Amino acid sequence: MEKAIITVVGKDAVGILAKTCTYLAEERINILDISQTVVQDYFNMMMIVDLAKSAVPFAKIAQDLSRLAGRLGMEIRIQKSEIFEKMHRV
Amino acid sequence: MITIGEVLETNKMILEENLDVRTITMGISLLDCARGTVAETCEMIYAKLMRLAENLVKTGDDIGSEFGVPVINKRISVTPIAIVGAGCCKKPADFVRIAKTLDKAAKKLGVNFIGGYSAIVSKGMTKADALLIRSIPEALAATEHICSSVVVGSTKTGIDMDAVRMMGEIVKATAERTAAKDSLGCAKLVVLCNAPDDNPFMAGAFHGVSEADAIINVGVSGPGVVNHVLKSIRGADFETLCETIKRTAFKITRVGQLVAQEAAKRLGVPFGIIDLSLAPTPAVGDSVADILREIGLEHPGAPGTTAALALLNDQVKKGGVMATSYVGGLSGAFIPVSEDQGMIDAVDAGALTIEKLEAMTCVCSVGLDMIAIPGDTPASAISGIIADEAAIGMVNQKTTAVRVIPVIGKTVGDTVEFGGLLGHAPVMAVNKFSCEAFVSRRGRIPAPIHSFKN
Repeated sequence: MEKAIITVVGKDAVGILAKTCTYLAEERINILDISQTVVQDYFNMMMIVDLAKSAVPFAKIAQDLSRLAGRLGMEIRIQKSEIFEKMHRV
Repeated sequence: MITIGEVLETNKMILEENLDVRTITMGISLLDCARGTVAETCEMIYAKLMRLAENLVKTGDDIGSEFGVPVINKRISVTPIAIVGAGCCKKPADFVRIAKTLDKAAKKLGVNFIGGYSAIVSKGMTKADALLIRSIPEALAATEHICSSVVVGSTKTGIDMDAVRMMGEIVKATAERTAAKDSLGCAKLVVLCNAPDDNPFMAGAFHGVSEADAIINVGVSGPGVVNHVLKSIRGADFETLCETIKRTAFKITRVGQLVAQEAAKRLGVPFGIIDLSLAPTPAVGDSVADILREIGLEHPGAPGTTAALALLNDQVKKGGVMATSYVGGLSGAFIPVSEDQGMIDAVDAGALTIEKLEAMTCVCSVGLDMIAIPGDTPASAISGIIADEAAIGMVNQKTTAVRVIPVIGKTVGDTVEFGGLLGHAPVMAVNKFSCEAFVSRRGRIPAPIHSFKN
C-alpha cells in the first residue's frame, strides 16, 4: 500500500469527480475513500488513494493532476499521506 | 483513517499560514580532510562535500513536492574550519582559500549556505583559531554562501574576553570590508556562547567534533500557524493559551520529524535532531512578533514582553518535544529584528530597544539577532554587547549569540535592505557610554558557580 491524499478545491461544477476518477482509473490508481464538503461555496473533495499498482512516478501523477486541474478550473494536489497521519495522530 | 477536516487543516497551514520546513542541514565532518598543504586540504574538502551532499538539494525538493510542504533551505554545516585548517594554514589568507573552496562547493551543490567557518575559543585560542578569526572579514567579503561563527564562552569554561575584544574589532572590520553592500558580511557572522554542535540554523551552524561523520538536522518553522490559531481563542485564559500553543507546536514539529526521517533515509545519512523552532521570515504573517501581539502586547517591547516570550518559548518546547525522537540545535522562538516584519514595526514605533531585546534573550532562543546598529559604533561597544550576551548564556546555561550589523555610513533613523530571508532593518540606537576600559582588560571571566542560584 502506498497511500496518498488527493484534494480537489474550487467552485463546484459538473463532472469534476468523473474526470478525476477517469484519470486515476487509467493510471491504475485505486481509490480507497472519498469524502467531500462545501465550505463557503467552495467544493472540497478528498480522496485517499493507493499508488502501489500504478507504474507512473509520483511527480508525473502530480503534474498530470495539476494539468487536469487547469482544465477544470480547480486546484488539485496530491500528497503522500504520512504528512497528515504524522501531524494528526500521536 | 484521516478525515477531510484534518487534511484541510494541514493544507491551510501550508498554503495560507506559511508552514514550512525552514532547513534541511547536512552536517559533515571534515576532520579527515586535513592534509599537510592548503591545496591538498581544499581538494579533499571539495571532494567530500561533493560526494556526501550531491543529492541534498534534489532530495529536499523531492520530499517537499511529495508531501506538499515547502522545504525552503538546503544547507551544509561543517567541522569548525579552525580545526580542519590548523595543520596547514600559516596565515589568514590560507584560511580564506578554504573559505573560497567551501563557497565553490556551495555554488556547485546549489545549497544556499555552508556554515562552519568557525573557531571555538570559549577558554583560549590556538594559533590557528586566531588566524581564522583574523581572516573572517576577508573570507566573508570574498564569498557569498559562507557563514562564520566564533564561540567565545560557555557555562563550563567562562568567557574568553580576549576573544570578545577581538570579535568586536572583527565585526567592525567585516562591516567595513562589505560596506558597499550595507555591511552584509556581518549578517553572516555570529558570536556565540554555549553553541550547540548540531544547530541546523545559520549563521551559527557548525558540525561539532562530538558528531558522527555525517548527519541530517532539520529546523522547522511556523509562527504564522501559531498566530492564526491564537486568533481563534482571543481572550482565553493562560491554560487554554498554553495548551493551544503546545498542540500547534506538536503538529508543526511532526512535519519536521517526517521530513528529517525521510531525508535521512533517502540520503543514507543518519537523522540527528529536530530544532524546535519558531523561525520568522520577513513575509507578512510569518512573524514571532505578531504572536506576542496576539498574546496581548501592543508591540513587542511593551512591559510584559519578556513574560509573554518566556511562555511562548516554553510551550513550543513542550509541544515539540513529544513530536520528535531527538531534539537539539537552538530550539526556541527566534527574535531576529530584520527577519520579522512585526519586530521591525515595533522598532519603528519606538517600542523596542536593544536593551529590551537583551532581556528577551534571557528566556528564548537565541540572542541579539540581525540588528542593524550605527556604523560609527566603536568596536569596544560591540565587544561590550557580545560580553553581555555571553554572560547571559553562561549564567543561565543556555545558548546566546550576537549578530549585529554596524552599517557603515548609516545611523539611527536610516533603514538597511539586506534582501531575501535576511529582510530589512531600521538602524537601532546603541548606548553611547563607554566600556572601553572593561573590554580592554586581558584574560577571561571565570566559569560561574553552579549553586546558590539567585
